[in-house]
Amino acid sequence: MKYLSEYRDPALARTLVAEIKATARRRWVLMEVCGGQTHTIVKQGLDELLGDVVEMVHGPGCPVCVTPLEQIDKALALAARPDVIFTSFGDMLRVPGSECDLLQVRARGGNVRIVYSPLDALELARKTPDKQVVFFAVGFETTAPANAMAVWRAHELGVKNFSVLVSHVTVPPAMTALLESPDNRVQGFLAAGHVCTIMGWTEYEPIAAKYRVPIVVTGFEPLDILEGMLLAVRQLEEGRHEVENQYVRSVRRDGNQPAQDLVSQVFELVDRNWRGIGPIPRSGLGVRAEFAAFDAEKRFALDDIHTAEPSECRAGDVLRGVLKPLDCPAFGTMCTPEHPLGAPMVSSEGACAAYHNYGRYRSAV
Amino acid sequence: MTIACPIPVAATERVQLGHGSGGKMSAALLRDCFLPHFTNDILAQLGDAAVVEIGAQSVAISTDTFVVQPLEFPGGNIGSLAVHGTVNDLAMMGATPRWLSAGFVLEEGLPFDVLDRIVRAMAEAARAAGVLLVTGDTKVVERGKADGVFINTTGIGVRTVDFAPAPTRARAGDAVIVSGPIGCHGIAIMTAREGLAFEAEVVSDSAALTPLVERLRDRVGDAVHTLRDPTRGGLASALNEIAAAAGIGVALAEEMLPIPGPVAAACEMLGFDPLYVANEGVLVAFVAEAQADAAVEALRGHPLGRSAVRIGRAVTAHPGMVILQTAIGGNRVVDMLPGDQLPRIC
Repeated sequence: MKYLSEYRDPALARTLVAEIKATARRRWVLMEVCGGQTHTIVKQGLDELLGDVVEMVHGPGCPVCVTPLEQIDKALALAARPDVIFTSFGDMLRVPGSECDLLQVRARGGNVRIVYSPLDALELARKTPDKQVVFFAVGFETTAPANAMAVWRAHELGVKNFSVLVSHVTVPPAMTALLESPDNRVQGFLAAGHVCTIMGWTEYEPIAAKYRVPIVVTGFEPLDILEGMLLAVRQLEEGRHEVENQYVRSVRRDGNQPAQDLVSQVFELVDRNWRGIGPIPRSGLGVRAEFAAFDAEKRFALDDIHTAEPSECRAGDVLRGVLKPLDCPAFGTMCTPEHPLGAPMVSSEGACAAYHNYGRYRSAV
Repeated sequence: MTIACPIPVAATERVQLGHGSGGKMSAALLRDCFLPHFTNDILAQLGDAAVVEIGAQSVAISTDTFVVQPLEFPGGNIGSLAVHGTVNDLAMMGATPRWLSAGFVLEEGLPFDVLDRIVRAMAEAARAAGVLLVTGDTKVVERGKADGVFINTTGIGVRTVDFAPAPTRARAGDAVIVSGPIGCHGIAIMTAREGLAFEAEVVSDSAALTPLVERLRDRVGDAVHTLRDPTRGGLASALNEIAAAAGIGVALAEEMLPIPGPVAAACEMLGFDPLYVANEGVLVAFVAEAQADAAVEALRGHPLGRSAVRIGRAVTAHPGMVILQTAIGGNRVVDMLPGDQLPRIC
């Protein structure tokens, strides 16, 4: 496949693996921020290839994992309403709320549909004027521009029956929260390439300087990730702590300005709860007052839905790299991919779900 | 510390679409709802088809219901699919398909020209597969109570004693062979359903696999331990079922998997894994290593099997599990999905 297979070349991958091993004089702890990167690492078994020189801690950048229980419960309440068509990206459908998930709401008669773009949801609203169409706007800075665009278009077109249930989060506050934690073990980051495609990397420069950690903006294919690891290990070995860009084919220092403008026109920074981590100040995006008419939380008065995260879940410790999933008392017993207790077991990209598979494999051989 | 799971174990109090996905939810539906009431020694085999003895004759019976949308898709329609699906289930037990029944549930308002095309395709598929459609039934339901047309087919085939592939017969050391490129049917359906357009059209592989099974039987015979057509749930689910049934592990080599470029591209776009995408004209065979090359050659001698290739082997390590060695050299578990494959956010 053009522009993909080039970044999956096994011979080049082996060269990079050898170079990382030759560069590292000790074992370093790196965190890949984005769930898409975790997916590649797990799918290709990269962590296994480099386990003796690099320990990968899987970061909080899985939007499915970190969407707080309370927002899921609000989604479930909306989806159950007879006047609502609830639209979402596919992988939110199986994420459990307090009592059930969106697939179960659908089985009970709720109108829940998978869309590939928020603009498809807006189009659905225009075609079905007798229904309220709600889109579940989740994700990091990557999905924010398209979601902002849907709200902006709905405003332009005067669409009265479209709204968004927002649970957007942003990367830098989460990285800072992890680094501020007294038991943090992460020594370097692979920053999320697609987030940086939108945002650029200027906001990571003060983080790298203040906490003296290398941050490498990294893509998602196996060679991207291996090269990102190599750049981070090189910095660590040389005592540098800079922001470097591995993902040069996609990311510029200032990012995508029109996309940023659109996001800040529609959304503003708000405090946000992260599933498994807890509240992080000014770490999320919420709908600005000018667009409040398109905010599902205001339109449907969801303020009385309050859900506490289960206290048994130690996902925060896992995401900080201080607890290995296998050492969690709930792992594999109370908490499985079919019945997850918390964030990292929810999605196939989550650290606990990954270990659930690998642990089974490693104990089998 | 007491740990309480906030998700009740029996939370799924209603049937969900995932129960029809061929994954873990489907298996749970069988295990918890159907088998406790229906079980007997023959059903308990849980093969693609049941094998019963009538006098000295071994007879295979299989039934399948088709609810595909859209009704017509590149490479076939619900009619041809209804023949191929059931014929292939018989063939996977080593039986020669002979007779077919067909039950139609028609929705009020279905255009006759559509029905006519479906019936013609069905007749043509039956002729090509060498089966006779010998009995049938038709019901019409009110508009909105069905989706155009649903078709059930039941097939009967005959089996010789010396060729009896079964999931339980796969053993460590066997070569794992697929007869052709994977993922075409599912992607053809998905792109037709979603109205997606890719540079190259993906055509369903829907076909009767009987000629391939006959070639294997004639050239390799009983060295063929297991045959399976990886339909819904894809190759991954089929291999997991075989691994569980035979108590073996399956080791796959990613670089050997025959995934056509357009299927790989569509899967990248949609966030799917081709290993879980449905096939309707591909078989996977577990063959004794000594006969594996002969089996590949036998398959390649027929147009349906010209891309036949070894993709891995059965092993004693990790029984019940499928492990894929990635092109880069890492390993990953290829598990069964809980339910339907869901497109990812990013």
